[in-house]
Amino acid sequence: MRRRDLLQALGLATVLASAPMANATPAASPPCRPTGALGIVIERASGSVLLVDNQARSTITRIEGLGDVSHASATFSPDERFAFVFGRDGGLTKIDLLTGRIAARVVQGGNSIGGAISDDGKLVAVSNYEPGGVKVFSAADLTLVADIPAMVDGARSKVVGLVDTPGRRFLYSLFEAGEIWLADFSGGDKPRITLLGHAGKEPYDGLIDPSGRYYIAGLFGEDGMALVDLWQDPPRIRRILNGYGRGERRLPVYKMPHLEGWTQAGGDYFFPSVGHHEVLVMNGRTFELEMKIPVHGQPVFVMARPDGRHLWVNFAPPNNDTIQIIDTPTRRVIHTMKPGRGMLHMEFTGRGAEVWCSVRDENRIDIFDTHTFGKIASLPAKAPSGIFFTPRAHRIGL
Amino acid sequence: MRKLSWNVRRVRLRKRLMIFGALCALFPLASSIALPARPVPATTSKPIDELVRLVRQDCGSCHGLTLKGGLGKPLLPENLAGRDADTLAQIILDGIPGTPMPPWRGILAENDALWIARKLKEGFPDAAP
Repeated sequence: MRRRDLLQALGLATVLASAPMANATPAASPPCRPTGALGIVIERASGSVLLVDNQARSTITRIEGLGDVSHASATFSPDERFAFVFGRDGGLTKIDLLTGRIAARVVQGGNSIGGAISDDGKLVAVSNYEPGGVKVFSAADLTLVADIPAMVDGARSKVVGLVDTPGRRFLYSLFEAGEIWLADFSGGDKPRITLLGHAGKEPYDGLIDPSGRYYIAGLFGEDGMALVDLWQDPPRIRRILNGYGRGERRLPVYKMPHLEGWTQAGGDYFFPSVGHHEVLVMNGRTFELEMKIPVHGQPVFVMARPDGRHLWVNFAPPNNDTIQIIDTPTRRVIHTMKPGRGMLHMEFTGRGAEVWCSVRDENRIDIFDTHTFGKIASLPAKAPSGIFFTPRAHRIGL
Repeated sequence: MRKLSWNVRRVRLRKRLMIFGALCALFPLASSIALPARPVPATTSKPIDELVRLVRQDCGSCHGLTLKGGLGKPLLPENLAGRDADTLAQIILDGIPGTPMPPWRGILAENDALWIARKLKEGFPDAAP
């Protein structure tokens, strides 16, 4: 009896304690909204993003005031409530997906290119072109935690291919210096910075595999890539796919390819070739080139459907009106379509049933069934570029 | 006679010098006025709005939508002041070997490249809405 009374009293106390808080701020409490199917679409020219729902296939709201978001990318907090948008003008914006409002914003550099969130969700790192270097912020309120200059021989280098890796660590490459660096925050907010070594000429982007073990930097200045095995102690750099374009004429590249969402499918890896209208297939165990799949143009994104069965590929200008779909086991292009000019980015829904494609010059997002390749719906958007859905919150390196 | 003759010569010389000086003074002035007023090519192979979009979007993927620079150098008038339009047009057409700047010949005609070069030096128009 006495024990039950006590429990009841405690329960009542809890209700009483929480009730005034709820009553005091009814306007501030965010709408109750599941976030697992939410995402944002960058509206490149107008400094805005769309908050979208990929289950309802609809736009919830437009969020403005993000500055120059050409080439913007985004990452998510582990609870899928907040998106961190990395703008071209150095702006870092934290968006609340529940309220559809900007929760915090800083302009942290002159010219930035991307970012990453630490595995514990506490640190947001931004890579900068101008001035080169990495700045790391508290995910909670965007206060500066660490400023890591990328100085090599007295010159600042542009930072590319910044990714998170387990243990509060970030990896990045330096475009001019051709180096790969590791920033380790496992000991607190003062990072240990380590040069892992020389990658090669002009690394343009980097990616990490879903286990966080392998980091690969793509090279623009030469045919090849650099591989870091983070399970080795100390991690070492190894050159892979050397001279993959040997004997072939190098074609002009009108847009830098991207390495994103490490395209591992059926045990092998798929990358855009640089200066060749091909997708490279690399053996997942030996890291040797298996074959080259001829495609429609210079590939920009080679994205695996989440199950890995198909790869969706888009292209640099003047072929940026086209998408091709490659069948992973047969390694052949099985479908080609032309949704419209400025086909910039593709993002799969969580388990890959549908894919959203931004068609910049048509001011439209097209949604396709990934099995029939039929168009399901279109949504208006102002010059859309990157599309980012919340399942990225739970994937290493995204 | 001789004195008069000298005076006449002196006056003539002064006149000639004045004309020469005026010409010297006018010439750079005239040329500096004439250069910016030099009309952009009357014809471009592609429609103007397509060239504007190409520069803002495609060049912009390296040089930034606002042309303030990115992986590529900034392309604002103050950055290009030291280069003439013909040189810039050649860079657009032939690229810069050994760097990511590709040759745009084949996508852009020479008059397109010259139009872009001149407009970049003036301050490039915004993309049509």
